[in-house]
Amino acid sequence: MISVHGLKKHFRVHKRPPGLKAAVASLFSREYTTVKAVDGISFDIRPGERVGFLGPNGAGKTTTLKILSGLLYPSEGDVRVDGHLPQAREEAFLKKVMLVMGQKQQLLWDLPPAETFELNRAVYDVPREQFRKTLEELTQLLELGDLVNKPTRQLSLGERMKCELAAALIHRPKVLFLDEPTIGLDVSMQMVMRDFIKRYNEETGATLILTSHYMDDVAALCPRVVVIDKGQLSYDGSLDALVQRVRPEKRVVLHLGGPVERQQLESLGQVVSLEAGKAVLQVPQAGLSQALSRALAGLPVTDLNVENAPLEEVVSELFSRSRAAREAEAQA
Amino acid sequence: MSVRGTVRALPALFKVGFAEAVAYRAELFVWVLSTTMPLVMYVLWSAVAREAPVGRYGDREFLAYFLAAFIVRQLTSNWAAWQMNFEVRQGILSMRLLRPLTPVVSWAVETLAYMPMRLLVIVPPVVTWLAVLGGAFLPRTVAGWGLFALGAAGGWLLVFTINVCVGTLSLFMKSSLKLMDAYLAATFVFSGYLIPVELFPDRLRAVVEWLPFRYTIGLPVELLTSHHGTAEAARLVAVQWGFCALFGVLGLLLWRRGIRNFEAYGG
Repeated sequence: MISVHGLKKHFRVHKRPPGLKAAVASLFSREYTTVKAVDGISFDIRPGERVGFLGPNGAGKTTTLKILSGLLYPSEGDVRVDGHLPQAREEAFLKKVMLVMGQKQQLLWDLPPAETFELNRAVYDVPREQFRKTLEELTQLLELGDLVNKPTRQLSLGERMKCELAAALIHRPKVLFLDEPTIGLDVSMQMVMRDFIKRYNEETGATLILTSHYMDDVAALCPRVVVIDKGQLSYDGSLDALVQRVRPEKRVVLHLGGPVERQQLESLGQVVSLEAGKAVLQVPQAGLSQALSRALAGLPVTDLNVENAPLEEVVSELFSRSRAAREAEAQA
Repeated sequence: MSVRGTVRALPALFKVGFAEAVAYRAELFVWVLSTTMPLVMYVLWSAVAREAPVGRYGDREFLAYFLAAFIVRQLTSNWAAWQMNFEVRQGILSMRLLRPLTPVVSWAVETLAYMPMRLLVIVPPVVTWLAVLGGAFLPRTVAGWGLFALGAAGGWLLVFTINVCVGTLSLFMKSSLKLMDAYLAATFVFSGYLIPVELFPDRLRAVVEWLPFRYTIGLPVELLTSHHGTAEAARLVAVQWGFCALFGVLGLLLWRRGIRNFEAYGG
């Protein structure tokens, strides 16, 4: 469905120090620098897959999505989406894809979302009957109710995002690019959005690429993740495998019925945190059963959980390792 | 988007554009007030003409000319260049580019959707014209009215294609608003908006004939005030549509080239 090979996007950026002197000097002579937003990444995505793009700010995730949706021309490389060259922006291609950006909206600001829905129906040439049915489904699933008849500017952020998603799906795109779709939403609204996105993927078989800084979004939606850092691919595979690779240790959460010494815990594994009634340990996979037996035998344990390390920590460690590797490479 | 698809989408685009025009009615009213310059110019020129006619222009001729200038300005003006600059700088153009409809069509329709509101605005000058001047100066033949209609449509299209050219430059220069300001300044001087082109010195007039400005306002005004015979009017309208084609092709080339530079800021 999506194939990306050797993709590069470089921007030429005007560099100017602050201050009046620099402002005047820039009138006569300008210094430019090349920013390598995306620097040679390759991956393939099968139809119906849900893939999460992870990376720190400025990693190149959004730039990649903009290239895939035809907004940006790549500097180099070959990109195909369902057989189309995105930058050619053919009508057939644009009718198959949609990019939803959490920080940009397509809803008409001063008019109710219903007007944008109708506009999209006309522009995407959706038959009336199909439009009515799709809108009914979207209204029900996203609990839009009367929101669609209020001016967009009077909607809350969460309400607006629900309508934004509905507007994006009026033409039932086969490929959906979601760039931070839950940004700024409260926890319950994030869950509504996640459930809806997953359901859309399962019911329509649409291919889905998601970027989000909320790891819960990625964990809930994306069995596969692609990690991009400084424009380069640093991981492509399953989320579970990523966790196993970066943090193979397990987290053991002990709920304690009485006080324990830190030294007692350190003999079981690395102490992540210790507070009244609760301790969190990091234990290698191989020594897990032994550590659990010893904990149950020697400590006042009332309850325990075994978990993977939080995804935020896994990703953060992956980025640190990538940076360290690059710095070492640069020094060599 | 295919021509058929675009045509099918037009009613919805008009409807949304009109709904936006109504939503911004206070802003529209303020904008209308800012376009009353021809009425100010009439007061100034009629004071000059009180002593002696200026060329063939006496008080009644100036009144007809500047009422016509007010009407034509309402019919032909648009703001696509400002809209394009804003959307390029804010990255909003991204959302338009995602739709299977060329943004140029959307900008054109959005401008035209304001027309019903503008037609309301031209009612007072039309009533003034009929009350004070009766049918004087107006075209007396179907051909005359037809050429005025073509000239007014051509005026709108010329202003729009120039706007597209200047607006598209923002894809190369990050902002082309200063260029638009310079274009507007030249328009005020050379288009016949403030001074009938006929009153320019001969040499300047000869130059103005070869520039696009007078075809945006001056020519439709001259057609509405029956300034030319049918043959000359038809020749001038042909020149005007030639300019439309020229700027249309230039705008298309600039757009195709410029869109490769779009950096889709934000998000």
